[in-house]
Amino acid sequence: MENNMIEIQNLKKYFQTKKGSLRAVDDVSFGIKRGETLGLVGESGCGKSTIGRLLIRLIEATDGHIFFEGEDLRKMNDAAMRKMRRKMQIVFQDPYASLDARKSIFQSIGEPLRVQKIFTNKSDYEKRVYELMEIVGLARRLSNTYPHELDGGRRQRVGIARALALNPSFIVLDEPVSALDVSIQAQVLNLIQDLQQDFRLTYLFISHDLGVVKHISDNIAVMYLGKLVEKADYTSIFRDPLHPYTQALLSAVPVPSIDVEKKRIIIEGDVPSPINPKPGCRFAGRCIYSQDICIQEEPELVEYSPDRFVACHFAGKVGR
Amino acid sequence: MDNTKKLLEIKDLTIHYVTVDGTVRAVENLDLSINAGETLGLVGETGAGKTTSVKAVMKILPVPPAKVISGQILFKGEDILKKSKKEMRKIRGAKISMIFQDPMTSLNPVMTVSEQIEEAIGLHNPKKSRREIKKLSDEMLETVGIKAERSMDYPHQFSGGMKQRVVIAMALACNPELIIADEPTTALDVTIQAQVLDLMKKLKDKFNTSMIMITHDLGVVAEICDYVAIMYSGEVVEHGTREHIFHNALHPYTKGLFACIPNLYEDEKRLKPIKGLTPDPVNLPKGCKFHPRCPYAMEICSKESPKTAMMDEGHMVKCHLYKEGMADGK
Repeated sequence: MENNMIEIQNLKKYFQTKKGSLRAVDDVSFGIKRGETLGLVGESGCGKSTIGRLLIRLIEATDGHIFFEGEDLRKMNDAAMRKMRRKMQIVFQDPYASLDARKSIFQSIGEPLRVQKIFTNKSDYEKRVYELMEIVGLARRLSNTYPHELDGGRRQRVGIARALALNPSFIVLDEPVSALDVSIQAQVLNLIQDLQQDFRLTYLFISHDLGVVKHISDNIAVMYLGKLVEKADYTSIFRDPLHPYTQALLSAVPVPSIDVEKKRIIIEGDVPSPINPKPGCRFAGRCIYSQDICIQEEPELVEYSPDRFVACHFAGKVGR
Repeated sequence: MDNTKKLLEIKDLTIHYVTVDGTVRAVENLDLSINAGETLGLVGETGAGKTTSVKAVMKILPVPPAKVISGQILFKGEDILKKSKKEMRKIRGAKISMIFQDPMTSLNPVMTVSEQIEEAIGLHNPKKSRREIKKLSDEMLETVGIKAERSMDYPHQFSGGMKQRVVIAMALACNPELIIADEPTTALDVTIQAQVLDLMKKLKDKFNTSMIMITHDLGVVAEICDYVAIMYSGEVVEHGTREHIFHNALHPYTKGLFACIPNLYEDEKRLKPIKGLTPDPVNLPKGCKFHPRCPYAMEICSKESPKTAMMDEGHMVKCHLYKEGMADGK
């Protein structure tokens, strides 16, 4: 835990709704080491994007701790937090929605530099913006274009350039390639990997696409209904998933090959509502191995073997 | 090939969108066919012309700006492009039906799901009594895995996967011969996608319906399709059985598509993306439309548009690298 660049402990985010308390993130803990990529996977509504936003305090947590380089972010005041934000950035899924339609590419990329008052000299400022454009592979001639004139891949490059502007050490990538066509997706994924090497970045990579997550991550955390159900290095997760939900999720991914014989586990029903969840394991209602204990007692996230964490009463005993 | 068993045959179809910014050549000289009981996967990236092609089959293109320049769409030997509005109304929903990507936009939010299925059945079976129609509607819902007691619920009361089941029930209600599914599972989560694909496979076998499945996901193609057509910039560049495409892909674009998907079962350090971008359909390159991005481009590729070559029984490719009669792909 000492060498974790970022670490969250018992993080909770509850939203109060008319129907009751919506537990978007419920007691989640994990850490990411410097220079490492943690892939966060799960289906719609499991709380993965909420975690991304909590981590850089775009929204405030209900309870828990967020340590960044050993300092508790939740104890920082606005001024200290603003300074801290230089080190942490986020890239969103839809660059079209996250870029200002009335700002040119040049202005958009330069915005973080202006807000944080990095340069006093105009020519230094311009030099840095052009440098950033070059780093993400945007031609200089595009500097005066507007977001609507660019294709999705280039728009996402603008989003990445903005995130890099202040030399951060940690970036949350929230579904950064989900809106892109596969051939463009591969280009942007390669860029994301190159940048990590060149600038020694630490990533939290949020995605619903398991192929993409496996490709880019060192460790993978699987979420279900606000809970972390499994976390391990990427090979273990894919070769030998322990949690029945991870097993079902992996078996559901359509594989672009007609030679792989797959055992398909079709889980019935839909993800239940995160409002006032029932006691016990959140997955119990859909789990094919569910026993009495699963509806009575909530399984704790335990270290099953070194660096392998799983929250299931029957971890290692089912589905292998 | 035997012409009589072809259910749908698209011949030399060209569709343009005439806009103030110029003419968008959305579909050009498209040839495609599907036999009864088969599933054809139509694969390609944004702007390849997949949706435009199938909307032409349903005759639901917005005219203008869309304009069918040339070609024929033969459904059981009759040209759909020559049908009147009234004749089309008898075909849509009854003989050919369509499933769209987003179930929320294809369902009416102020009608119960049963009313919507009953409407589809009633329109094509005017002699059936209301009670018969309601019974059929309930049966359809049960077939797609929704309990009949939920038939009086409204679309917003269902989850995304359930809504798509309702749309499937509606599409199947009149037992059509051809279903066109436009990215039917793209908006769904993977576990729900698995449920819906599983259901579609079962129903296809049960009713022996032909299907055109539009998708950008080669994984979905591998799961459900018998034949695959790869589209690029308004053309079919390769067409074959799933074995042809998955074991012996010929066109550099098809090969490129496979190379850029992260593989769940193999470790690759780096993806091999296709360089460049899909061309602007207002300003398509001369010759082969893929040549500016093609790693194997030759001089001829920028001058002449390649002709379709039949490489193997049913395996067609449009690329200058291949000539008919060559040993397959070598």
